[in-house]
Amino acid sequence: MMHIDRSERVFFIASAVLLVVFALAIGISGFVYGIQVPQPFAKVNPVTIADPEKSDFPTFALPAAERIRELAPGRYEVYVLAQMWKFSPGSVNYGEPSIKIPAGSQVTFYFTSRDVQHGLKIVSADGGRHTNVNMMILPGEISRLTATFDEPGTYHMICHEYCGAAHQTMYGVLEVVNQ
Amino acid sequence: MFTNDKLSTDKLAAWNIGVAMVALALGGSMGLFQKLEHAGTNLYNQLNFIGINSYYQGLTLHAVLNALVWTTFFIVGFFTFAIPRSLGRPLKYPQIQIAAFGLMMAGLIMAAIPILMGLANVLYTFYPPMKASPFFYIGLVLVVVGSWVAGYGYYFTYGAWRKENAGQRTPFIALAAIITMVMWQIATLGVAIELLWLVIPWSFGLVAGTDPQLARTFFWFFGHPLVYFWLLPAYISWYAMLPKQAGGKLFSEPLARLVFWLFLVLSIPVGLHHQYVDPGISAGWKVMHAILTYSLFLPSMLTAFTVVASLENAGRARGGTGLLGWVRKLPWGDPSYASQNLAMILFAFGGISGLTNASYNLNLAVHNTIWVPGHFHLTLGSAVTLTFIGISYWLVPKLSGKQLFSRTLGLWQAWTWFIGMLLMSNGLHILGLNFGVPRRSALGFAPYAQEAWNPLLIEALIGGIILTISGLLFYVNIVGTLVSKKKLTAPIEMPVAEALNPEPAPAFLDTWRPWLALTIALIIIAYGPILFDLISNLNMTAPPITIR
Ligand SMILES: [Cu+2]
Ligand SMILES: [Cu+2]
Repeated sequence: MMHIDRSERVFFIASAVLLVVFALAIGISGFVYGIQVPQPFAKVNPVTIADPEKSDFPTFALPAAERIRELAPGRYEVYVLAQMWKFSPGSVNYGEPSIKIPAGSQVTFYFTSRDVQHGLKIVSADGGRHTNVNMMILPGEISRLTATFDEPGTYHMICHEYCGAAHQTMYGVLEVVNQ
Repeated sequence: MFTNDKLSTDKLAAWNIGVAMVALALGGSMGLFQKLEHAGTNLYNQLNFIGINSYYQGLTLHAVLNALVWTTFFIVGFFTFAIPRSLGRPLKYPQIQIAAFGLMMAGLIMAAIPILMGLANVLYTFYPPMKASPFFYIGLVLVVVGSWVAGYGYYFTYGAWRKENAGQRTPFIALAAIITMVMWQIATLGVAIELLWLVIPWSFGLVAGTDPQLARTFFWFFGHPLVYFWLLPAYISWYAMLPKQAGGKLFSEPLARLVFWLFLVLSIPVGLHHQYVDPGISAGWKVMHAILTYSLFLPSMLTAFTVVASLENAGRARGGTGLLGWVRKLPWGDPSYASQNLAMILFAFGGISGLTNASYNLNLAVHNTIWVPGHFHLTLGSAVTLTFIGISYWLVPKLSGKQLFSRTLGLWQAWTWFIGMLLMSNGLHILGLNFGVPRRSALGFAPYAQEAWNPLLIEALIGGIILTISGLLFYVNIVGTLVSKKKLTAPIEMPVAEALNPEPAPAFLDTWRPWLALTIALIIIAYGPILFDLISNLNMTAPPITIR
């Protein structure tokens, strides 16, 4: 075998141990605190997704306001269509309704794209509060994540994947209100 | 001595490096316009004379020229120069290198025209179903194929050397360069399949729809090892040239070889770490790629150790004493040395943010935020680019036979790059992490922009201005060298650091078969099932959407 200097061996082992510690932290955040990444949910046809007759996921063909659904007190589902350059519902700057939920609600988001790739990150409108909602939104796929909003305030759903000339205008408004 | 000689292929090396530098000049200058736009000053109408009309068109040019053209052409030029010198024999078929350069140039021109006409505002990732002019894609394919051909030229030369030197260990620089090219050739298969199967026929309208999730997966099969294709040539300089330039020896030559083999094995089966938040890929495979990405961190840590130990060896050989006294003895007055050492320091920060990105669900905090360009301007924009600039400070004089125009200017260039990049990347990292500011967005027009971003955007702009000045200093120096009348007084040799321990590396570190087998096996394990799944559930439903 080749000669490895003692100091180098120690350094290598220390690096490996550090990585194991990081990996454990990730494992704990995932399994104990439930911070999960998106998982495959369904494949759809982006051309017909909003067509009530032909959609493979007819919920997406409902009017925007009906795609914000209260399942039980404090439990919501929101079905959002992304297209250049709006979230429906959400994009008040393009005439879409905002999404309003009471503080403390658990929301499951379903997003899909009708055209190009988009992205989503939910951030608070005045900096400060964070969420872990971050997904790619692709035509042909449904992206799903669940989040709980404890703190009241306005949140922005920002499109973070370049989607054409007015990409920078694509965002939605999520209002978390005190009951 | 052979290493002193002028080689007929040096002209080709010089041409490749020349094209690379023109690309960096043009692509780099777009960066300033981006930072100005983010801070609220849109100057794109000033660029109409070269065909640029918008932020996204400028951004496409910035990324294609800097990330693909500057790097690929420089690397091919550098290897065309270094491989024959390392092996001590000329390239076997120099014509192959000419053909490679021709293909790469043809591809570059074919891709550049649609970009400048505004027919390819799709950024360098060109995610379908955004559609650019088909010629943009064909141009990219030609650049890649040209770089493959350049690799074939090196393989033939290497094969000939092996025949002539049976039983000898391959010299380190040549081995490392050829490993890099082989890794590149396997990695680019991903983007080649994406373009030839899912994109080009569809962009001509021959197929109605494409599968964006599968296309992304093929893209990132290539996209991550692309990073190592940029980085490994810089590592070659750090391991095998810089210690010599500083008057020292390579601390652990066998480990340096092992590191390159590990990069061959581990660079590719990790691409899903760019797709942690993709909808169509299950968490199990994402976790697997996360673990493999973490193991990829180990050869980087070995590199950090070996390179610093080699430089310590140099510093002590120059009379440095004490725990850190050797650092001051290093040749900080040599611009080639200073820029590469500063590049390493920036890379340490880039490594930390990179580990964050790679950390599976931690990535949710930063994915596609402006943190990410903050990260890769420390890696590609500093570790790689500032190192290539440092190499240029001896290589351009060598190739042109002229003295470097000004060492002082070179030192100012290196330090301004360092400071400018620290400011810019610091601003971008914080904007992404604390405020979720998206990347690749014309933020000056974003209705969701917040007041609190402004100080950080201005910090990034100041960094960008300093970087632009640094770039100008570099080009003044290079052009000054080329037009100067001062010929070299002493010949320049390619710096080659000796191994501290002269014992030759064990044979398994000079044997291709096991490493190639391991590489392919890991790719099959890490990508086989996910590609099988995506292809057997192929969803070719996304029609092309032309972006203007
Ligand atoms: Cu967008
Ligand atoms: Cu990567």
